[in-house]
Amino acid sequence: MSEMKATPAAEAAPSETQNFLSSVGESEKRVRASGKAVSDEVVLSTKDVNVYYGDHHALHDTSLDFHKGEITALIGPSGCGKSTFLRSLNLMNREIRGCRVEGEINYRGRNVNTKTENTYELRRSIGMVFQQPNPFRKSIRDNITFAPKRHGIIDRDELDRMVEESLRGAALWDEVKDKLDKSAYALSGGQQQRLCIARTLALNPDVILFDEPCSALDPISTLAIEDLMSSIVADRAIVIVTHNMEQASRVSNRTAFFYMGDMVEYDETDEIFQRPKDKRLNDYLTGMFS
Amino acid sequence: MASTRIHIDEARLGRVQKQDRIATGVLTAIAAIVMLIVIAMVAYILFEGVSTLFQPGFLTQPSRANGTQGGVLYQLFDSFYLLLITLAISVPISLGGAVFLVEYAPNGPIRDIASTAIETLSSLPSIVVGMFGFLVFSVQLGWKYSIISGAVALTMFNIPILVRVIQQALEDVPQAQRDACLAMGLTRWEATLHILIPEAMPAIVTGIVLSAGRVFGEAAALLFTSGMSSPVRLNFLSFNLSSPTCAWNVFRPGESLAVHIYKIYGEGSPEAQQIVWGTAALLMICVLLFNVVARIVGKQLARRMTAE
Repeated sequence: MSEMKATPAAEAAPSETQNFLSSVGESEKRVRASGKAVSDEVVLSTKDVNVYYGDHHALHDTSLDFHKGEITALIGPSGCGKSTFLRSLNLMNREIRGCRVEGEINYRGRNVNTKTENTYELRRSIGMVFQQPNPFRKSIRDNITFAPKRHGIIDRDELDRMVEESLRGAALWDEVKDKLDKSAYALSGGQQQRLCIARTLALNPDVILFDEPCSALDPISTLAIEDLMSSIVADRAIVIVTHNMEQASRVSNRTAFFYMGDMVEYDETDEIFQRPKDKRLNDYLTGMFS
Repeated sequence: MASTRIHIDEARLGRVQKQDRIATGVLTAIAAIVMLIVIAMVAYILFEGVSTLFQPGFLTQPSRANGTQGGVLYQLFDSFYLLLITLAISVPISLGGAVFLVEYAPNGPIRDIASTAIETLSSLPSIVVGMFGFLVFSVQLGWKYSIISGAVALTMFNIPILVRVIQQALEDVPQAQRDACLAMGLTRWEATLHILIPEAMPAIVTGIVLSAGRVFGEAAALLFTSGMSSPVRLNFLSFNLSSPTCAWNVFRPGESLAVHIYKIYGEGSPEAQQIVWGTAALLMICVLLFNVVARIVGKQLARRMTAE
């Protein structure tokens, strides 16, 4: 796996990509996140991001870096601004009426929070997985191929390869390979969520944003998604919003704690959970409020 | 704090249970009365009309002697032709309007004005729509009494219904579906065209067929627009669209089944009366069929699309 890491999937020949994806699809060999930083390469960063809903100032001056090969968890009580912040990263907040995002969002060194930014282009590189599994009301195959087709890929073989690669990548291939043309709605919630991840993987994004991806799932499906995140993070940065402290400590390398619209503390996950500096974080971790 | 036992008031319990039984009885009775009225009407019209309806030639011959003899072939054709043209005009416009209102219109004055306009249009009496159609299309535009004048008048009366139905269907598609599209770098238009409209399609089709039933039975809006008579002779095989006898010529006058009933009923003779009953039965059966078809098609589409 380490030698594959050196070759970005985008440049790899199709067969190599397939090998890579299938090799990481085997969940037994997974190494859990160490809770420590492993990379210096910043894929995405923000500088003094402020978000307003109308007059309501929902997020204050948030500056964070997201590194390649790392999972960053955003934690904090409900309404603390963590999801708001996440939705700013791929400019999804622009779709909400009355929502305004100020500050810099730098993707690969370029500020994308500008009027001229091509959001459609950007969102192919920064994928998103939502809280509720939201597959399209289409077949499993069409769920994967829909966006690539719209982005101009028409070759059947290439699309078929994409379907297999991304489903393997999402550890779903073995369960659905015989029913690719069946409805995605016939899958279980956990499978649907992995299909949504596969659908995102098909675009081979640099960053994947997870907005509480397991909150609608049972514990076993949750573990499957967590394994999956660890297996696909090698080539990209992952940001996950979660309410589940154990999940954050299990999967993430770094953690940022949000409270009342402020990013209070950001560090390696081990530091956050074992040596919290801010009193609010300490109170939160010890269950003084939730 | 000591826990207090809830005291069960037997008398009160008996009272509310009795009220519940009475309410159930009254509501069931109301539903039964409504059903009885419908069944009685349908049965009566069928009873009076079926003999005429199944008379040889009623569906295959044009009317004679100013409608008091012969069949209703032309009226039947005109009704469907009017409906077809009406739908051809109103469905695209309504779809566009509904998509705009649901997906594009910013909250604020534009949306409010558009919604109010649609509501107002839907509450206009159809005779007023007919008058307007007559003055504008028949007189001003010089279309005279014609299929096209009638179809445009029906369009005005059909658009608000359709916009409402399609709007509802689109709003019922979960927001998460839009988000999923946008988050994969697709445009709002791609999301609408490839995800939202297909998902809403079963409900849209059901709505269109139901509205077709209403349009099909409309008389008042057509009295002054498509006119009260079909040409004496129609040639279905001619495609010379400017010929007054060409069945497909939209600038010829036409008469729908409902208008035919209105016209013949005034004749008063027993023969005419039989034709009226036959036509009424035919009209009613068509509208019932629209309802049944709407349900079946909607269900089938939904099943096919979800592949479930």
